[in-house]
Amino acid sequence: MKRYGSWTKALGIACVLALSVGTLGACGSSSSSKDDANGRVYYLNKKAEEQKSWVKLGQEFQKETGIPVQIQTGGQDYDSTLKSEMAKKQAPTMFQADGPSFMNGWADYAIDMSGSEIYKQLNANTKNKALKNSQGKPIAIPYAVESYGIIYNKTLLKKYFDSSWSTVKSIDNLNNFKALKTVVEEIQAHKDDMGVKGAFASAGMDTTSAFRYDYHMATLPVFYEAEKEHKDITKTPSSLKGTYVDNMKNIYDLYIKDATVAPSAISGKTIDDSSAEFATGQSVFYQNGVWSYSQIKGQTVQDSDMGVLPIYMGIPGEENHGLTQVISNYWCINSKVSKKDQEVTQKFLKWLITSDKSRTVISKDMGLVTPFKTFDDAKYQTTNPLVLDNLAYQKAGKKDTVLVPDPSHQWEDDLKAALLNYAQGSGNWDAVKKVYTENWAKEYKLTYNN
Amino acid sequence: MITMTGRAIRRWWPLFVFPTLAAFLMGFIVPLIAGIYLSFTKFTTITDAVWVGFDNYRRAFQDNEFAHAFIYTVEFTIVTTILINVAAFFVAYMFTKAMAGAKLFRSIFFMPNLIGGIVLGYIWQLLLNGVLAHWNISLTYNSKLGFWGMVILVCWQQIGYMMVIYIAGLQNVPNDLIEAAEVDGASPRQVLFNITLPMMMPSITVCSFLTVTNGFKMFDQNLALTNGAPSNTSELLALNIYRTFYSRPGFEGVGQAKAVVFLILVSIIAILQNWLTTSKETQA
Repeated sequence: MKRYGSWTKALGIACVLALSVGTLGACGSSSSSKDDANGRVYYLNKKAEEQKSWVKLGQEFQKETGIPVQIQTGGQDYDSTLKSEMAKKQAPTMFQADGPSFMNGWADYAIDMSGSEIYKQLNANTKNKALKNSQGKPIAIPYAVESYGIIYNKTLLKKYFDSSWSTVKSIDNLNNFKALKTVVEEIQAHKDDMGVKGAFASAGMDTTSAFRYDYHMATLPVFYEAEKEHKDITKTPSSLKGTYVDNMKNIYDLYIKDATVAPSAISGKTIDDSSAEFATGQSVFYQNGVWSYSQIKGQTVQDSDMGVLPIYMGIPGEENHGLTQVISNYWCINSKVSKKDQEVTQKFLKWLITSDKSRTVISKDMGLVTPFKTFDDAKYQTTNPLVLDNLAYQKAGKKDTVLVPDPSHQWEDDLKAALLNYAQGSGNWDAVKKVYTENWAKEYKLTYNN
Repeated sequence: MITMTGRAIRRWWPLFVFPTLAAFLMGFIVPLIAGIYLSFTKFTTITDAVWVGFDNYRRAFQDNEFAHAFIYTVEFTIVTTILINVAAFFVAYMFTKAMAGAKLFRSIFFMPNLIGGIVLGYIWQLLLNGVLAHWNISLTYNSKLGFWGMVILVCWQQIGYMMVIYIAGLQNVPNDLIEAAEVDGASPRQVLFNITLPMMMPSITVCSFLTVTNGFKMFDQNLALTNGAPSNTSELLALNIYRTFYSRPGFEGVGQAKAVVFLILVSIIAILQNWLTTSKETQA
């Protein structure tokens, strides 16, 4: 008995094929080979907060040149996204690096940029800050220079200077740790008179926020030690003596004790909590960088009320220094994609720093301070008051302190743990010192001699 | 004699087997083999692996945090397995007795299962931190708070699910057996321990298997609730493996080696547990 006709069989086979092709197809890439011949740009962007602007720029470039541009954000999980994206056939043609220890793991995936337009256009101060591979060739080009310190509220501070109980009477005298300690402790003692919850915004030590302490604050003792020992501050020192770690305790004690919340609560406090506290006038001080302007603006604290001080911790000579400069945004071109893809990505990068449209978006919408000569025109300068403060320090002849690259993210995590234990009373300062010196050397070995 | 359906199956089986088999191969077998291979290599992306032998395993076993995460996970699994099963059984027992609104309560108890782990983690983080703020601390103050926070979350999530399995088990206990026992003068307690529980061993096997493996595998709730803080002390095994893989360049292989060790461990424990409870199963 022939129950199933040939047409049902054909239909069955078609179903099987459709199902299996559907499943198999999901593993492959949807891009056609036609794109490969003309080249494509695929930028894996680390900064999720700027994603919209990057997509806008990508579309603009695509419209002008016809080259397909894809911009994807790695967001909070950038490292893991990059790892899986790089293994794909249609891998990113350009990606971001955040510093030497990151680049150490990805050096084989970045092309030599010495012939590129963006490298040529770097200004003289920044040219030596490009990250290099073992042959000394630049492979990661910095595209944003940022600075950080202790952001303060000018109106509230004036209220303090004008009070009958204040010892320090002018911002000009607030130029060293001793003065800062006096101001902070007096404000904390009179917080109700001042109408604030604390002198400092909470020192959030939640895992996503601790970078302000295990990375930003922690670099100052490293910088001063490296400078004193005549070490190269652009490279990670292989070991540290920990000469100025106790000075860091000075400032950290102020952060945790003279703040809006008790030290026992900081493990759960986030950077958003502290930004909000500062932005709504609940605290006078707040350690962060120029990038936080976008979160503070438009709330209680006006642009004209924002100022920024260097992070004073009682290190000899610190009054001659300005803010700490940090570069943690670099562009790299993937060496594993086709030559054509590399070529058009170079073209895209050149367009980013030369086209009028792109320069406006980068300087105004994103508010980045870029190290390229093509941005020198006044038209492309930012209006961020914190950036302007930084420039004022530099104009006044104050020397920059610089974020010295640390050996690994693991070192930061170890330091975070020690700092948190110290704050909560479950550990002592010696443990912090130990992480500083012993773990530094250990991590350096693991990262660079692996 | 081969029936009509049997013949159709003989002829058409590839149509049904092939898509599932292909998905199983691609989604399970291939990654498993690739994963075992990668645990013996050094790699940044999986396409550029270099063979290094047992080096990754040596480094994995030298890691104190891996050992800590293992002990923490074992403790966590023991506590949650006991709590979830006892509570689920109790709730199921209650709801199979005549009670007003039992059906409604069953649905309510089952509902937490429909919410994803990450979302649950963030919601419970808010709730628990809100309570702890009374003492000026948060869940991440120390590993003990994180531990009990996760226990509460997981119990809340899984009791309802296990309850459904226990209800099915309870309804399968033959009524005449219980009646016979009651006629013989057994007390409710004797009925429960000597009749109901032994008859329910298949449900207990399934539920304890699920809770044990869920405890060992738990990842998203841990990530959302504490993310290992403070200092990776509230980190379960799965999160430790994830962090090893992504936290530092050059440790991808070590993370992979830990994952293989994890697979072997969980398999052994699950098989042991299954054998232990299955051996106690009885037939009516």
